[in-house]
Amino acid sequence: MELSYTAEQEAFRMEVRAWLQAHVPAEPLEHFDASRAGFEAHRAWERTLKEGAWGMVTWPKEYGGRGVDLISWLIFEEEYYRAGAPGRVNQNGIFLLGPTLMEFGTPEQKQRFLPPMAAGDEIWAQAWSEPQAGSDLAAVRSTATLDGDHYVLNGHKIWSSRAVFADWAFGLFRAPGSERHKGLSLIFFKLDAAGVTVNPIAKINGHVGFAEIFLNDVRVPVFNRLGEEGQGWHVCMATAGFERGLMLRSPARYQVAAANLVELYKRHQDRVDPALKADVLRAWMGAEAYALSIYSTASRLIAGGSIGPESSTNKIFWSELDIALHQTALAILGPRAELLPQAPDAGDVGDWLDDYIFALAGPIYAGSNEIQRNIIAERMLGLPR
Amino acid sequence: MNFTFSEEQQLAADTVRRILADTCSPEQLRAQMKKGEARDAARWQALVDSGLASMLVPEAAGGMALEAIDFVQIAEACGYAALPEPLVEHAGVAMPLLAATGHQTPLLSPAVTGEATIAVGHPINPWVADADTASALLLHHRDEVHLIDAAQVSLTRETSIDPFRRLFRVDWTPTAATRITDAVTGKALWNDALDRGALFAAAQCLGLAQRSINLAVEYAKGRQQFGKPIGSYQAVKHLLANAQVKVEFSRPVLHAAAAQFADRSAHSRARISHAKLVAGEAADLATRTAIQVHGAMGYSWEVDVHFFLKRALALTYAWGDPAFHRARVAERVFKHPLGPEHTFSRETAHG
Repeated sequence: MELSYTAEQEAFRMEVRAWLQAHVPAEPLEHFDASRAGFEAHRAWERTLKEGAWGMVTWPKEYGGRGVDLISWLIFEEEYYRAGAPGRVNQNGIFLLGPTLMEFGTPEQKQRFLPPMAAGDEIWAQAWSEPQAGSDLAAVRSTATLDGDHYVLNGHKIWSSRAVFADWAFGLFRAPGSERHKGLSLIFFKLDAAGVTVNPIAKINGHVGFAEIFLNDVRVPVFNRLGEEGQGWHVCMATAGFERGLMLRSPARYQVAAANLVELYKRHQDRVDPALKADVLRAWMGAEAYALSIYSTASRLIAGGSIGPESSTNKIFWSELDIALHQTALAILGPRAELLPQAPDAGDVGDWLDDYIFALAGPIYAGSNEIQRNIIAERMLGLPR
Repeated sequence: MNFTFSEEQQLAADTVRRILADTCSPEQLRAQMKKGEARDAARWQALVDSGLASMLVPEAAGGMALEAIDFVQIAEACGYAALPEPLVEHAGVAMPLLAATGHQTPLLSPAVTGEATIAVGHPINPWVADADTASALLLHHRDEVHLIDAAQVSLTRETSIDPFRRLFRVDWTPTAATRITDAVTGKALWNDALDRGALFAAAQCLGLAQRSINLAVEYAKGRQQFGKPIGSYQAVKHLLANAQVKVEFSRPVLHAAAAQFADRSAHSRARISHAKLVAGEAADLATRTAIQVHGAMGYSWEVDVHFFLKRALALTYAWGDPAFHRARVAERVFKHPLGPEHTFSRETAHG
């Protein structure tokens, strides 16, 4: 066990820091879910990242990455959040589909999809859920019917993050007549293809962050299927493992938020309930614990290990931490907690409220926390189904 | 950066786990309790035969010169078994403290082999654990370290709810002959002893937590209600999953704290305190959850869970209670730089 960075890793950190200092926009961008303009501003930022070869540092150079390991990815993320750089509009692509493509894609698929993903030229949405298939994902009904060298897609997807403005989506489709986990395939489709209708759905913060997608005889080449036909469930679970396990929520996000919370508390400690100090410390400890856990997982993966059902504990931990941390901030703000930043008396309310509202989604997306608890109980602890 | 244990470290912990699985089952604990014996001689021999008492002692003093990180999983294993014997305090706290004083005593060699044990009276703890079976005691007096023969102290038993915990009020008289360090040296050594005590108490709490979850899982698989094992119901599953989440996010904190022990910085000390806090919370949740999952059985003397609950309760307040450790975390949080680039900082602007 050696819990310090190598000289090379320290140099990498300084390189990331210097580049971000020179390139991160001075003014925060409009949120990518708020409008087409906000979305495109984030796409432009992705292209800037690509120019510096920072799109996805762990990927091989041939796909637009730098070929560095997961520890360097964590360092990159730490500097990224520290610099307050824009959110990653292509997170469905680079953090979820990317690693899965790396594992299951053919060389031709990797060459086709990864470089434009890393460059922000193609932004991805996910299309898992359906009206009757939420937590019970194996209940999906959308179909992919083979027709020569094409699939014909039909069905109704919903709660698709980024789908309003994105270019591509990936989702689960079943062979007609198949049931449950069998007969599923993971298939990509363009969101502007003939037969695709995207209807925005407003979130509780008013942003159109997700959408429902209707597919009516949408023809896609067989080339757009990731993994073998009928292996979609297996491929999709690999994506979910990465999502919950490592990349969806990098620890730096919470460490930066915890540091900001400490500053907020220091500014107001003379007038707030002293009991809040323990909550501030708890939030800081939670962020540290999550970071240490991810470093431990990254070390294990580098040493040849794999992500297992324990990834479900991550998702519960960070989503609950996120809510508690932001609740503490709101408690410090007191009556100003409800004010939007533009209110005349808002003062230093910042983004705490907006981020709190966002945190409320954490226990729901990427597999609800109740489903994660089932996974922990059944696959980690061995309790009967 | 490598956050994994070495093969040697894993092997050593496996050895202790195996010994304890063979010698420290709940049935064996109950038999020992019935006999009213402080120690199981055969179990203690099996443990010290593998050299455990000498792990944290320098080579010059006949030890293996290993570090906290080499011992932390062993302390976890002791918690997992609710080991009655003072292996953790003797090997994990007393031996490195005695060795660090540099004091030459004929006691050193039997203590290194585990033939004799030494009890520690740290000022953070009002009473001394396992003082009655110790050959000598390391005691605190105005930051000095004193080593005193067991025959020269007067012990009064303080009864703990944990049937295996042997706490004593110690009455003694410090003299020039018992003093083995001055106050300046002693202060640093007592700080180290506190950190080791807290770190390894946290490790035991983590072991206790995992054991309690495992006991409840076994019960929930077998116990049937409404025609199905109760472990198939989500209400039961989610209780146990929540306890496991607590365990999962205490473990890396504990292991990082052990790995950074030698730093002796505000950062490393706060991490030990963080580990002590969250491992105690994990043990609290896991032991109470285990009782709940067992239902009325869990509240009975017959089911073993209460042994783990009682040990967890004791260790939560030993070696610094939660308020003490929160204050050390606060010291780090409010006076030192924060942010993701400081996760593994070794030193701080304030030294």
